[in-house]
Amino acid sequence: MEPELGPPELPRNEAPELLRELVAHLRQNRTQLREEWLRRISETRLLTAMTKEEIFAEATSVYDSYVEALETGTFEALQAYARNLSERIIPRGVETHEVIGIVLLLRDVLARSLFAKYQADFEKLNRILDAYEPAANRIANTVAVGFVQERERVIRQQQEAIRELSTPVLQVRERLLILPIIGVIDPQRARQLTEQLLRGIRTNRAKVVVIDITGVAAMDVTVANHLVQTVEASRLLGATVIVTGLSPEIAQTLVTIGVDLGKMNTVGDLQGGIEQAEKLLGYKVVPVAEPR
Amino acid sequence: MEVPILKQGEFLIATIQAALSDADLEHLRLALVQRVVRFRARAVIVDVTAMDVMDSFASRTLREIALMIRLRGAETVIVGIQPEVAFAMVQLGLTLEGVGTALDLEEGLVYLNQKFKALN
Repeated sequence: MEPELGPPELPRNEAPELLRELVAHLRQNRTQLREEWLRRISETRLLTAMTKEEIFAEATSVYDSYVEALETGTFEALQAYARNLSERIIPRGVETHEVIGIVLLLRDVLARSLFAKYQADFEKLNRILDAYEPAANRIANTVAVGFVQERERVIRQQQEAIRELSTPVLQVRERLLILPIIGVIDPQRARQLTEQLLRGIRTNRAKVVVIDITGVAAMDVTVANHLVQTVEASRLLGATVIVTGLSPEIAQTLVTIGVDLGKMNTVGDLQGGIEQAEKLLGYKVVPVAEPR
Repeated sequence: MEVPILKQGEFLIATIQAALSDADLEHLRLALVQRVVRFRARAVIVDVTAMDVMDSFASRTLREIALMIRLRGAETVIVGIQPEVAFAMVQLGLTLEGVGTALDLEEGLVYLNQKFKALN
Protein backbone atom coordinates (compact mmCIF):
# COMPACT_ATOMS: atom_id res chain seq x y z
CA MET A 1 0.00 0.00 0.00
CA GLU A 2 1.51 3.24 -1.04
CA PRO A 3 1.12 6.27 1.20
CA GLU A 4 -1.05 8.80 -0.55
CA LEU A 5 0.59 12.16 -1.12
CA GLY A 6 -1.97 13.65 -3.43
CA PRO A 7 -1.89 17.15 -4.89
CA PRO A 8 -2.84 20.01 -2.56
CA GLU A 9 -5.86 22.18 -3.09
CA LEU A 10 -5.05 24.15 -6.23
CA PRO A 11 -7.63 26.53 -7.67
CA ARG A 12 -9.35 24.24 -10.14
CA ASN A 13 -8.87 26.25 -13.25
CA GLU A 14 -5.17 26.76 -12.63
CA ALA A 15 -3.85 23.30 -11.80
CA PRO A 16 -3.97 21.62 -15.23
CA GLU A 17 -2.53 24.78 -16.84
CA LEU A 18 0.42 24.87 -14.53
CA LEU A 19 1.09 21.17 -14.82
CA ARG A 20 1.05 21.40 -18.62
CA GLU A 21 3.47 24.30 -18.54
CA LEU A 22 5.70 22.40 -16.14
CA VAL A 23 5.69 19.24 -18.23
CA ALA A 24 6.38 21.20 -21.42
CA HIS A 25 9.39 22.80 -19.78
CA LEU A 26 10.70 19.39 -18.64
CA ARG A 27 10.26 17.93 -22.11
CA GLN A 28 11.88 20.86 -23.89
CA ASN A 29 14.92 20.75 -21.63
CA ARG A 30 15.10 16.99 -21.52
CA THR A 31 18.64 16.66 -22.87
CA GLN A 32 20.30 19.22 -20.57
CA LEU A 33 18.37 18.14 -17.50
CA ARG A 34 19.18 14.50 -18.11
CA GLU A 35 22.86 15.38 -18.53
CA GLU A 36 22.81 17.34 -15.30
CA TRP A 37 21.21 14.38 -13.55
CA LEU A 38 23.78 11.91 -14.88
CA ARG A 39 26.58 14.24 -13.81
CA ARG A 40 25.20 14.36 -10.27
CA ILE A 41 24.79 10.58 -10.19
CA SER A 42 28.45 10.00 -11.03
CA GLU A 43 29.49 12.80 -8.67
CA THR A 44 27.77 11.12 -5.73
CA ARG A 45 29.15 7.77 -6.86
CA LEU A 46 25.83 5.99 -7.12
CA LEU A 47 25.11 2.94 -9.29
CA THR A 48 28.75 1.87 -9.32
CA ALA A 49 27.59 -1.65 -10.20
CA MET A 50 26.42 -0.46 -13.63
CA THR A 51 28.29 0.79 -16.72
CA LYS A 52 27.97 4.34 -18.09
CA GLU A 53 25.95 3.09 -21.07
CA GLU A 54 23.55 1.19 -18.82
CA ILE A 55 23.06 4.16 -16.55
CA PHE A 56 22.40 6.39 -19.58
CA ALA A 57 19.80 3.98 -20.96
CA GLU A 58 18.02 3.56 -17.62
CA ALA A 59 18.24 7.28 -16.87
CA THR A 60 16.50 8.07 -20.12
CA SER A 61 13.67 5.64 -19.33
CA VAL A 62 13.34 6.90 -15.78
CA TYR A 63 13.29 10.55 -16.92
CA ASP A 64 10.57 9.88 -19.48
CA SER A 65 8.48 7.83 -17.06
CA TYR A 66 8.90 10.57 -14.47
CA VAL A 67 7.63 13.26 -16.78
CA GLU A 68 4.80 11.05 -17.99
CA ALA A 69 3.69 10.40 -14.41
CA LEU A 70 3.73 14.13 -13.76
CA GLU A 71 1.69 14.72 -16.89
CA THR A 72 -0.96 12.04 -16.49
CA GLY A 73 -1.17 12.05 -12.71
CA THR A 74 -1.39 8.24 -12.87
CA PHE A 75 1.25 6.02 -11.41
CA GLU A 76 0.46 2.49 -12.62
CA ALA A 77 2.83 2.75 -15.57
CA LEU A 78 5.51 4.06 -13.27
CA GLN A 79 4.89 1.27 -10.74
CA ALA A 80 5.21 -1.33 -13.48
CA TYR A 81 8.38 0.30 -14.75
CA ALA A 82 9.82 0.47 -11.22
CA ARG A 83 9.22 -3.26 -10.67
CA ASN A 84 10.68 -4.11 -14.04
CA LEU A 85 13.72 -1.95 -13.41
CA SER A 86 14.20 -3.48 -9.96
CA GLU A 87 14.03 -6.99 -11.37
CA ARG A 88 16.90 -6.07 -13.67
CA ILE A 89 19.16 -4.20 -11.29
CA ILE A 90 18.78 -6.20 -8.07
CA PRO A 91 20.82 -9.14 -9.42
CA ARG A 92 23.47 -6.56 -10.36
CA GLY A 93 23.86 -5.68 -6.71
CA VAL A 94 22.21 -2.27 -6.78
CA GLU A 95 21.18 -1.24 -3.28
CA THR A 96 18.07 0.49 -1.94
CA HIS A 97 19.88 3.69 -0.97
CA GLU A 98 21.19 4.01 -4.53
CA VAL A 99 17.76 3.78 -6.09
CA ILE A 100 16.20 6.23 -3.66
CA GLY A 101 19.26 8.44 -4.07
CA ILE A 102 19.03 8.78 -7.84
CA VAL A 103 15.29 9.45 -7.81
CA LEU A 104 15.77 12.20 -5.24
CA LEU A 105 18.64 13.63 -7.30
CA LEU A 106 16.34 13.81 -10.32
CA ARG A 107 13.72 15.53 -8.22
CA ASP A 108 16.34 18.10 -7.12
CA VAL A 109 17.65 18.66 -10.64
CA LEU A 110 14.16 19.30 -11.99
CA ALA A 111 13.25 21.54 -9.04
CA ARG A 112 16.40 23.62 -9.54
CA SER A 113 15.56 24.14 -13.18
CA LEU A 114 12.10 25.37 -12.14
CA PHE A 115 13.69 27.84 -9.69
CA ALA A 116 15.92 29.10 -12.49
CA LYS A 117 13.07 29.53 -14.94
CA TYR A 118 10.60 31.27 -12.62
CA GLN A 119 13.03 33.23 -10.45
CA ALA A 120 11.62 36.54 -11.67
CA ASP A 121 8.06 35.69 -10.62
CA PHE A 122 8.08 34.43 -7.03
CA GLU A 123 4.28 34.11 -6.97
CA LYS A 124 4.25 31.88 -10.02
CA LEU A 125 7.21 29.84 -8.80
CA ASN A 126 5.28 29.04 -5.66
CA ARG A 127 2.23 27.93 -7.61
CA ILE A 128 4.36 25.81 -9.93
CA LEU A 129 6.04 24.16 -6.96
CA ASP A 130 2.63 23.52 -5.43
CA ALA A 131 1.84 21.50 -8.51
CA TYR A 132 5.25 19.87 -8.77
CA GLU A 133 6.19 18.86 -5.23
CA PRO A 134 3.39 16.42 -4.26
CA ALA A 135 3.64 14.68 -7.59
CA ALA A 136 7.43 14.47 -7.34
CA ASN A 137 7.17 13.02 -3.83
CA ARG A 138 4.66 10.47 -4.97
CA ILE A 139 6.98 9.44 -7.77
CA ALA A 140 9.92 9.02 -5.40
CA ASN A 141 7.73 6.90 -3.16
CA THR A 142 6.44 4.76 -5.99
CA VAL A 143 9.89 3.94 -7.28
CA ALA A 144 11.37 3.29 -3.83
CA VAL A 145 8.48 1.11 -2.70
CA GLY A 146 8.55 -0.81 -5.99
CA PHE A 147 12.24 -1.50 -5.50
CA VAL A 148 11.89 -2.59 -1.89
CA GLN A 149 8.95 -4.87 -2.65
CA GLU A 150 10.91 -6.54 -5.41
CA ARG A 151 13.85 -7.04 -3.08
CA GLU A 152 11.59 -8.60 -0.47
CA ARG A 153 10.12 -10.91 -3.09
CA VAL A 154 13.60 -12.04 -4.10
CA ILE A 155 14.62 -12.64 -0.50
CA ARG A 156 11.50 -14.73 0.15
CA GLN A 157 12.21 -16.75 -2.96
CA GLN A 158 15.79 -17.38 -1.87
CA GLN A 159 14.71 -18.39 1.61
CA GLU A 160 12.26 -20.87 0.14
CA ALA A 161 15.01 -22.29 -2.06
CA ILE A 162 17.35 -22.67 0.89
CA ARG A 163 14.65 -24.39 2.89
CA GLU A 164 13.99 -26.89 0.13
CA LEU A 165 17.69 -27.61 -0.31
CA SER A 166 18.28 -28.12 3.34
CA THR A 167 15.89 -30.91 4.06
CA PRO A 168 16.15 -33.63 1.46
CA VAL A 169 14.76 -37.01 2.41
CA LEU A 170 17.06 -39.59 0.82
CA GLN A 171 16.53 -43.28 0.28
CA VAL A 172 19.82 -45.12 0.62
CA ARG A 173 18.52 -48.69 0.73
CA GLU A 174 15.19 -50.36 0.31
CA ARG A 175 13.05 -49.29 3.29
CA LEU A 176 15.82 -47.03 4.68
CA LEU A 177 15.66 -43.24 4.58
CA ILE A 178 18.23 -40.71 5.66
CA LEU A 179 17.35 -37.16 6.64
CA PRO A 180 20.54 -35.07 7.04
CA ILE A 181 19.75 -31.78 8.71
CA ILE A 182 22.12 -28.86 8.36
CA GLY A 183 22.01 -25.38 9.82
CA VAL A 184 19.52 -23.62 11.97
CA ILE A 185 16.16 -25.20 12.65
CA ASP A 186 13.39 -22.85 13.59
CA PRO A 187 9.94 -24.17 14.51
CA GLN A 188 8.64 -23.56 11.01
CA ARG A 189 11.44 -25.51 9.38
CA ALA A 190 11.07 -28.25 11.99
CA ARG A 191 7.43 -28.58 11.07
CA GLN A 192 8.19 -28.68 7.37
CA LEU A 193 10.82 -31.32 8.04
CA THR A 194 8.36 -33.54 9.88
CA GLU A 195 5.75 -33.27 7.16
CA GLN A 196 8.30 -34.04 4.48
CA LEU A 197 9.62 -37.03 6.41
CA LEU A 198 6.20 -38.53 7.11
CA ARG A 199 5.24 -38.23 3.46
CA GLY A 200 8.59 -39.78 2.55
CA ILE A 201 7.98 -42.71 4.88
CA ARG A 202 4.67 -43.41 3.25
CA THR A 203 5.91 -42.97 -0.32
CA ASN A 204 9.05 -45.08 0.13
CA ARG A 205 7.45 -47.54 2.56
CA ALA A 206 10.38 -46.96 4.88
CA LYS A 207 10.86 -49.11 7.94
CA VAL A 208 13.85 -47.21 9.32
CA VAL A 209 14.79 -43.54 9.20
CA VAL A 210 18.15 -42.12 10.23
CA ILE A 211 17.92 -38.45 11.18
CA ASP A 212 21.40 -36.99 11.28
CA ILE A 213 21.83 -33.73 13.14
CA THR A 214 25.62 -33.45 13.03
CA GLY A 215 25.18 -30.21 11.14
CA VAL A 216 22.90 -28.67 13.74
CA ALA A 217 24.78 -26.67 16.34
CA ALA A 218 22.00 -25.93 18.76
CA MET A 219 18.37 -26.62 19.35
CA ASP A 220 15.92 -24.86 21.60
CA VAL A 221 13.32 -26.65 23.66
CA THR A 222 10.55 -26.14 21.11
CA VAL A 223 12.56 -27.71 18.34
CA ALA A 224 13.76 -30.53 20.58
CA ASN A 225 10.12 -31.33 21.28
CA HIS A 226 9.45 -31.28 17.55
CA LEU A 227 12.17 -33.87 17.11
CA VAL A 228 10.57 -36.11 19.72
CA GLN A 229 7.19 -35.69 18.02
CA THR A 230 8.75 -36.58 14.70
CA VAL A 231 10.04 -39.81 16.20
CA GLU A 232 6.62 -40.60 17.64
CA ALA A 233 4.73 -39.76 14.47
CA SER A 234 7.10 -41.92 12.43
CA ARG A 235 6.36 -44.84 14.71
CA LEU A 236 2.65 -44.41 14.03
CA LEU A 237 3.52 -45.02 10.39
CA GLY A 238 5.41 -48.15 11.33
CA ALA A 239 8.92 -46.71 10.99
CA THR A 240 11.74 -46.70 13.53
CA VAL A 241 13.81 -43.54 13.85
CA ILE A 242 17.50 -43.47 14.74
CA VAL A 243 18.90 -40.05 15.61
CA THR A 244 22.61 -39.57 15.03
CA GLY A 245 25.16 -36.83 15.48
CA LEU A 246 23.88 -35.22 18.65
CA SER A 247 26.29 -32.56 19.82
CA PRO A 248 27.02 -32.29 23.56
CA GLU A 249 24.90 -29.11 23.68
CA ILE A 250 21.92 -30.78 22.13
CA ALA A 251 22.33 -33.82 24.33
CA GLN A 252 22.21 -31.44 27.28
CA THR A 253 19.03 -29.80 25.95
CA LEU A 254 17.31 -33.14 25.56
CA VAL A 255 18.24 -34.23 29.07
CA THR A 256 17.13 -30.89 30.47
CA ILE A 257 13.68 -31.03 28.92
CA GLY A 258 13.33 -34.51 30.27
CA VAL A 259 13.02 -36.37 26.99
CA ASP A 260 12.39 -40.01 27.68
CA LEU A 261 15.54 -41.29 26.04
CA GLY A 262 14.16 -44.77 26.24
CA LYS A 263 11.79 -43.65 23.50
CA MET A 264 14.52 -42.21 21.34
CA ASN A 265 16.98 -44.39 19.56
CA THR A 266 20.28 -42.54 19.30
CA VAL A 267 23.67 -43.46 17.94
CA GLY A 268 26.88 -41.43 17.96
CA ASP A 269 27.50 -40.79 14.29
CA LEU A 270 25.86 -41.28 10.92
CA GLN A 271 28.00 -44.29 10.07
CA GLY A 272 26.94 -46.02 13.26
CA GLY A 273 23.34 -45.09 12.61
CA ILE A 274 23.35 -46.60 9.14
CA GLU A 275 25.01 -49.76 10.42
CA GLN A 276 22.35 -50.16 13.07
CA ALA A 277 19.61 -49.44 10.56
CA GLU A 278 20.94 -52.12 8.26
CA LYS A 279 20.95 -54.58 11.11
CA LEU A 280 17.34 -53.74 11.91
CA LEU A 281 16.43 -54.33 8.29
CA GLY A 282 18.30 -57.61 8.18
CA TYR A 283 21.14 -56.50 5.96
CA LYS A 284 24.68 -57.64 6.47
CA VAL A 285 27.59 -55.95 4.71
CA VAL A 286 30.37 -58.35 3.72
CA PRO A 287 33.46 -57.81 1.60
CA VAL A 288 33.22 -59.22 -1.93
CA ALA A 289 36.77 -60.55 -1.90
CA GLU A 290 39.50 -60.92 0.67
CA PRO A 291 41.20 -57.57 1.25
CA ARG A 292 44.85 -57.72 0.17
CA MET B 1 -22.30 -47.49 11.72
CA GLU B 2 -21.15 -51.07 11.93
CA VAL B 3 -17.46 -51.62 11.31
CA PRO B 4 -16.88 -54.73 9.16
CA ILE B 5 -14.69 -57.32 10.90
CA LEU B 6 -13.22 -60.05 8.72
CA LYS B 7 -11.56 -63.23 9.79
CA GLN B 8 -8.32 -64.13 8.05
CA GLY B 9 -6.97 -67.39 9.44
CA GLU B 10 -6.02 -66.65 13.03
CA PHE B 11 -6.29 -62.90 12.52
CA LEU B 12 -9.21 -60.51 12.64
CA ILE B 13 -9.20 -57.45 10.38
CA ALA B 14 -11.41 -54.48 11.23
CA THR B 15 -11.57 -51.80 8.53
CA ILE B 16 -12.78 -48.44 9.69
CA GLN B 17 -14.45 -46.77 6.76
CA ALA B 18 -15.19 -43.22 7.83
CA ALA B 19 -15.53 -40.94 10.80
CA LEU B 20 -16.88 -42.95 13.71
CA SER B 21 -19.03 -41.56 16.47
CA ASP B 22 -18.07 -42.27 20.06
CA ALA B 23 -20.89 -44.81 20.26
CA ASP B 24 -19.59 -46.60 17.14
CA LEU B 25 -16.14 -46.82 18.70
CA GLU B 26 -17.56 -48.31 21.88
CA HIS B 27 -19.47 -50.81 19.80
CA LEU B 28 -16.32 -51.71 17.87
CA ARG B 29 -14.42 -52.34 21.08
CA LEU B 30 -17.06 -54.70 22.33
CA ALA B 31 -17.38 -56.49 18.99
CA LEU B 32 -13.64 -57.02 18.62
CA VAL B 33 -13.11 -58.45 22.08
CA GLN B 34 -16.10 -60.75 21.67
CA ARG B 35 -14.78 -62.08 18.39
CA VAL B 36 -11.26 -62.57 19.68
CA VAL B 37 -12.80 -64.80 22.29
CA ARG B 38 -15.21 -66.57 19.93
CA PHE B 39 -12.66 -67.33 17.20
CA ARG B 40 -9.62 -67.64 19.47
CA ALA B 41 -7.87 -65.12 17.25
CA ARG B 42 -4.17 -64.52 17.79
CA ALA B 43 -4.17 -60.95 16.51
CA VAL B 44 -6.35 -58.06 15.44
CA ILE B 45 -5.51 -55.58 12.72
CA VAL B 46 -7.41 -52.30 12.82
CA ASP B 47 -7.16 -50.44 9.51
CA VAL B 48 -7.66 -46.70 9.93
CA THR B 49 -6.58 -45.64 6.43
CA ALA B 50 -9.92 -43.92 5.86
CA MET B 51 -9.79 -41.89 9.06
CA ASP B 52 -8.70 -38.36 8.32
CA VAL B 53 -8.91 -37.23 11.92
CA MET B 54 -8.15 -39.02 15.16
CA ASP B 55 -9.30 -37.34 18.33
CA SER B 56 -8.37 -38.21 21.89
CA PHE B 57 -11.43 -40.41 22.42
CA ALA B 58 -10.70 -42.48 19.34
CA SER B 59 -7.05 -42.75 20.29
CA ARG B 60 -7.88 -43.80 23.85
CA THR B 61 -10.38 -46.36 22.65
CA LEU B 62 -7.85 -47.93 20.29
CA ARG B 63 -5.40 -48.22 23.16
CA GLU B 64 -8.03 -49.80 25.35
CA ILE B 65 -8.91 -52.27 22.60
CA ALA B 66 -5.25 -53.25 22.40
CA LEU B 67 -4.95 -53.67 26.17
CA MET B 68 -8.13 -55.73 26.46
CA ILE B 69 -7.13 -57.94 23.54
CA ARG B 70 -3.73 -58.47 25.05
CA LEU B 71 -5.46 -59.78 28.19
CA ARG B 72 -6.84 -62.47 25.91
CA GLY B 73 -3.28 -63.22 24.80
CA ALA B 74 -3.64 -61.61 21.38
CA GLU B 75 -1.77 -58.84 19.56
CA THR B 76 -3.17 -55.65 18.07
CA VAL B 77 -1.73 -53.64 15.18
CA ILE B 78 -3.10 -50.30 14.03
CA VAL B 79 -2.37 -49.73 10.34
CA GLY B 80 -2.88 -46.96 7.83
CA ILE B 81 -2.50 -43.86 9.98
CA GLN B 82 -2.10 -41.02 7.47
CA PRO B 83 0.92 -38.66 7.76
CA GLU B 84 -1.27 -35.63 8.53
CA VAL B 85 -3.22 -37.58 11.15
CA ALA B 86 0.00 -38.88 12.75
CA PHE B 87 1.39 -35.37 12.97
CA ALA B 88 -1.80 -34.00 14.53
CA MET B 89 -1.94 -36.88 17.00
CA VAL B 90 1.57 -36.45 18.37
CA GLN B 91 1.02 -32.72 18.74
CA LEU B 92 -1.88 -33.58 21.05
CA GLY B 93 0.27 -36.08 22.87
CA LEU B 94 -1.67 -39.07 21.51
CA THR B 95 1.11 -41.53 20.79
CA LEU B 96 -0.71 -44.87 21.02
CA GLU B 97 2.03 -46.00 23.34
CA GLY B 98 2.33 -49.73 23.74
CA VAL B 99 0.23 -50.45 20.65
CA GLY B 100 1.78 -51.95 17.53
CA THR B 101 1.63 -49.82 14.40
CA ALA B 102 2.42 -50.41 10.74
CA LEU B 103 2.19 -48.51 7.48
CA ASP B 104 -0.61 -50.56 5.92
CA LEU B 105 -2.33 -53.93 5.92
CA GLU B 106 0.54 -55.66 4.13
CA GLU B 107 3.10 -54.34 6.60
CA GLY B 108 0.79 -55.16 9.47
CA LEU B 109 0.73 -58.83 8.42
CA VAL B 110 4.54 -58.85 8.07
CA TYR B 111 4.83 -57.33 11.56
CA LEU B 112 2.58 -59.99 13.07
CA ASN B 113 4.27 -62.88 11.32
CA GLN B 114 7.67 -61.70 12.52
CA LYS B 115 6.36 -61.30 16.03
CA PHE B 116 4.89 -64.79 16.13
CA LYS B 117 7.99 -66.32 14.60
CA ALA B 118 10.04 -64.71 17.34
CA LEU B 119 7.65 -66.06 19.97
CA ASN B 120 7.78 -69.60 18.58
